[in-house]
Amino acid sequence: MTSEIGQQVILSAQKLNVYYGEFNAVKDVDIDINQNSITALIGPSGCGKSTFLRCLNRMNDLIVGASVQGKVMFEGVDLYGGEIDATEIRSRIGMVFQKPNPFPKSIYQNIAWGLKVNGFKGNYDEAVERALNQAALWDEVKDRLNNSAFTLSGGQQQRLCIARALAVEPAVLLMDEPASALDPIATLAIEELIKQLKDHVTIVIVTHNMQQAARVSDETAFFMVGENRSGYLVEHDDTQKIFSNPSNTRTEEYITGRFS
Amino acid sequence: MIEDQSSFTKRSRGSSLEGSIVKYIFLACASLSILTTLAILLTLSYQAYEFFKEISIIEFLTGTRWTPILKPRSYGVLPLVSGTLLVTVIAAMVAIPIGLSTAIFLSEYAPDWLRRIIKPILEVLAGIPTVVYGYFALTFVTPLLQVFLPDLIIFNALSAGIVMGVMIIPMVSSLSEDAMISVPRSLREGAYALGATRYEVSLRIVVPAALSGIIAAFIIAISRAIGETMLVTIAAGATPKLTFDPTESIQTMTAYIVQLALGEAPVGSLEYNTIFAVALVLFALTLFMNLLGFWIVTRFREEY
Repeated sequence: MTSEIGQQVILSAQKLNVYYGEFNAVKDVDIDINQNSITALIGPSGCGKSTFLRCLNRMNDLIVGASVQGKVMFEGVDLYGGEIDATEIRSRIGMVFQKPNPFPKSIYQNIAWGLKVNGFKGNYDEAVERALNQAALWDEVKDRLNNSAFTLSGGQQQRLCIARALAVEPAVLLMDEPASALDPIATLAIEELIKQLKDHVTIVIVTHNMQQAARVSDETAFFMVGENRSGYLVEHDDTQKIFSNPSNTRTEEYITGRFS
Repeated sequence: MIEDQSSFTKRSRGSSLEGSIVKYIFLACASLSILTTLAILLTLSYQAYEFFKEISIIEFLTGTRWTPILKPRSYGVLPLVSGTLLVTVIAAMVAIPIGLSTAIFLSEYAPDWLRRIIKPILEVLAGIPTVVYGYFALTFVTPLLQVFLPDLIIFNALSAGIVMGVMIIPMVSSLSEDAMISVPRSLREGAYALGATRYEVSLRIVVPAALSGIIAAFIIAISRAIGETMLVTIAAGATPKLTFDPTESIQTMTAYIVQLALGEAPVGSLEYNTIFAVALVLFALTLFMNLLGFWIVTRFREEY
């Protein structure tokens, strides 16, 4: 965890293909995700970036008819190798969704729930406070921890969901357009938070918003829709390079807004 | 512009007339059920009043012997109430765990094809006439129970209660499943993303989130059990007895009403009027169940 930042590969997809039934939704993706970096996945609708993201913690297992071929290496293990327990993976690789989805429980219970299912034995009050602090939410909610999570605003709910994911101390946090349902101010708060989280956790974020990718990420991966509507990875590089001098003309056309 | 506006007002006037006619038709339909309920309550109360002119309410509600047609006559309703509750509790003990487990299985575990097979089967179970359940209890379940409980008499609360439980399983499972299916997928995903197992997601996210609907399902099913008549008339016996021993022969309120209605009690006689006094208790009991359900539902609601 303390190695040179941005150098060590923590997640690596190799020849990854995702199928929904017969449909090849994501085709032959090879990508390395560096530890303690923020990687943005961008691309037009239907390019498979969310589908790809959901492969990284086997959330696609929950979709009927979805199947994955290829490898995802994480801490030296192939997540799609036999004998791998998907629930174990998901406590190491957390996820935040497009729409805030707090549980219909109190703010406190929202955090404590994940700790409990992961068999946490320590001090719950401290762990809850720590997670809420990491998600920059503690000061706003510390006096009403027992209120329902639904009394929070949308942006606060999303930060609660981030806190909930952080509480179980994952190595990687996957974010699927985490700010797309939020207003601009709440979006900025989330972006600030994402940048701060980099020290604790590796982040892979799908975003529709190219400015957001440029603002928050260290690296950017550009996905496109190819033949037979299959999504594929066009280019993956430092964010600065992608947005200033991309190698691929399709990337350039996309980021300059010539198609979307 | 002015012309446009006038035609706009005209049209909206026409549609508002239509709208109000439709509104009154709907109102009339809605009123019908309320009026029916009131009419039933009034009839019950009137006839029960005739009964209570002769027998004191205290004696009726606290008496432990119910022998209105045999001498010495006694009008304590408690044996009928205990009979009803006994059968209902047995039914609930069968239907709630099995029905809820079925609902969890269908909503959270079963693949689509299996759900498409099981759901129609449950609906068939719900459509079987209660008289069939009655004979099923009497001629199949009771002999089966006698294998394990050799002293069990033919007409007993246990057998009727178990079969009643089976009968209301579809109600518990189908209504609970509806409540669970409508828990948003995003909540499940949020839980899975924390490393929860399917079991934890089902029992600690979906069931609590659907709890108000699930409890409503229990209440509706239990109310059904309280009001169920044919099964208990056939299988539970006709012996009003203040007991909580399930192996005994008992009589429920509904079974008593049937027994008397089929008998020779002259209209207007005291025996005849017992029907309405008992029915009023039955009505109060189901009303209480509904109020209880309402209270529980509002108390435990987890909004999503």
